[in-house]
Amino acid sequence: MSTYNTSREEIAIVSFVELTPAEASQLDEIETIQTIVSRATDGAGIARDRIGFTVSGSCDMLVGRPFSWIMAMDGAGVSKPIEESHVEMDGAWALYEAWVRLQHGDIDAALIYSFGANAAEDLMQVLALQLDPYYLAPTGINAAEVAALQASAMLAGGATERQFAEVAVRAGLAVSVEAALAEPYTNRPLRASDLPRFSDGAVAMVIARGDYARSVCARPAWIQSMAHIADSHSLGVRDLSKAPSLEKAARLAGVGEKPTDLVEVHAPFGPQEVLAIEALRAAGLHGTAALNPSGGTRAAQSVMVAGLAAIGRAASAIHRGEASRTVGHASSGPALQHNLIAVLEERS
Amino acid sequence: MSEATKPVVKDVTTMAAPVSLKFRARAGKDLSRFLRGMKERRIVGRVCPSCNYVYVPPRGACPTCGCPMGDERVLPETGTITTFCIVNIPFEGQKLKPPYVCASVLLDGADVALFHLVGGCDVNDVRMGMRVRAEWVDEADAELSLETIRYFVPTGEPDRPLAQIREHI
Ligand SMILES: [Zn+2]
Repeated sequence: MSTYNTSREEIAIVSFVELTPAEASQLDEIETIQTIVSRATDGAGIARDRIGFTVSGSCDMLVGRPFSWIMAMDGAGVSKPIEESHVEMDGAWALYEAWVRLQHGDIDAALIYSFGANAAEDLMQVLALQLDPYYLAPTGINAAEVAALQASAMLAGGATERQFAEVAVRAGLAVSVEAALAEPYTNRPLRASDLPRFSDGAVAMVIARGDYARSVCARPAWIQSMAHIADSHSLGVRDLSKAPSLEKAARLAGVGEKPTDLVEVHAPFGPQEVLAIEALRAAGLHGTAALNPSGGTRAAQSVMVAGLAAIGRAASAIHRGEASRTVGHASSGPALQHNLIAVLEERS
Repeated sequence: MSEATKPVVKDVTTMAAPVSLKFRARAGKDLSRFLRGMKERRIVGRVCPSCNYVYVPPRGACPTCGCPMGDERVLPETGTITTFCIVNIPFEGQKLKPPYVCASVLLDGADVALFHLVGGCDVNDVRMGMRVRAEWVDEADAELSLETIRYFVPTGEPDRPLAQIREHI
C-alpha cells in the first residue's frame, strides 16, 4: 500500500447523521444544514470549538442558484469566523479534504456536510451537463442514457440482466428477480428498477484525531486509508464495461490487505453496483463482506450526498459494533468515472 | 489530402450550445412565514434565541450562533437607509428603468438590513441615514413576494446619525 493513502495521524469518523428524505423535503438549505450539523456535533457531544475545519460538498446546479452553498453555510454557524472549504462534488470528496487537513496534526476535529435538494425539474438532464461541452453535451444525452450505454457494454462483456435484477431486489426496488426482469425497458437495457429514485437529502459527519476521537466516541471508525482515482472524462475513450479507476483506488487503499466485514457501494444506477463489486473483488476484497446491507443509496438517491452517505453507513456499522473492518465507496462523474475508497477499522 | 478526408467545415472557432433548465425553488419554513406575511402586507422577522438579533427576512439559522430562529417579531414598516447604490447601467432582465436606487434598509427594531429599492424621490437625494417607509402595492395585488413592498419612500423625518447605524452597515 502506498503510504500516501494511509492515515499518518490517527483519524476516525466519530459521528455521522443522515436526514430522512421526508425531513429534508420540508426544509430549505440553511434549515437543512442547521439540523444535520447540530445533530452531528451537539447531538454527539462534540463541542463546536474543537472543530478546526469545516468542509461541505454540494452542487449549485441542483438548485439552479449560483453560490448556494455560501448561503447554506449560515446553518453551520459561520460568523465567528470559521476555517472553511467547499467542493462542488459529492460530500465524500469533502471528507477526503478534511482527512488531508487533519493529517497536519494541529486541529482536533473537522466537520463535513453535504446536501442535495433537487429543485430541478429534470435531474437526468442536469446531470448530463457534467459531460464534455463540445462532443457529448450537445447531443442531448441524459444521465440515464449514459448509464444505459454502460449497461450495454457490460452485457456485451458477459454480464447478465439477471445480475442487474438481483441488485434491484437487494436495493428494495423490485420484489423479485422475475418481477424485475418482467418490467419494460425505460432506457434499454435499463428498467425502472435499475434507475435511482431521486430524493432530497443531507448528511453530516465529524472526523477527529487520536485521543479526542476516543473521548467522544465509544467505537471510533478509524480511517485506515483513503484513495481516489479518475478515469478519462470522455466516454468514447473508456471501456465502459470496466471501472479501472475504482479498482486502482481500492488497491491503493489496501482493500485486500485484510478480510472485510461490510461494503457500502455508491452506485447511482443498478448495473454500476455489479461493476463496482467486481472491481473491488479484483482489487482483493475478501472476507464475509456484506454488500450494501443498508440497501444502498439508490432507493433514496440524493445527488452529492449519496457517496458520503455510503461511507458514513460503513462507519456507522463500526460505531454500532456490527463490523470491525468496512469499506465505503463513492463515485462521481458519468458512468463511475471517478471513484473514492475509504477503508475503516475498529481498533482496541 | 484525399477528397474523403478533407474536413467538411473549415476554421470552426465558436460553437453555440444553448442550455435551458427548469427549477422549482423551495422557500423552507422560515422564509415561507415571511412570504405569507408579505401577502398580508406585514413584515415578519424572527429573533435569534441565543444572541437576540432580529433577522428580516428570517433565515433558517442564526449565522453567528448556528441555532434555529426563535420567536416571530412583526416589524414596523419604517426604517433607515444604511447604505445604497444608484444603478445607472441597463442589463438583461432589469425591471426598472435606470437610474434607480438599491438600498439596505434597517427596519426599526431589526438588526439586519433588508435589501430593497428606494422610490418616490430623486435618486440624487438618497443618502445614508435617510428615514424611509415601505410603500405597499394595493391589497388585491399583494403576493407571496418581497415585491409586495413596491419600494421604500422617504418619510421626511430627520436623518439618523451614522454612529447609530454603523454596526449594521
Ligand atoms: Zn444568534
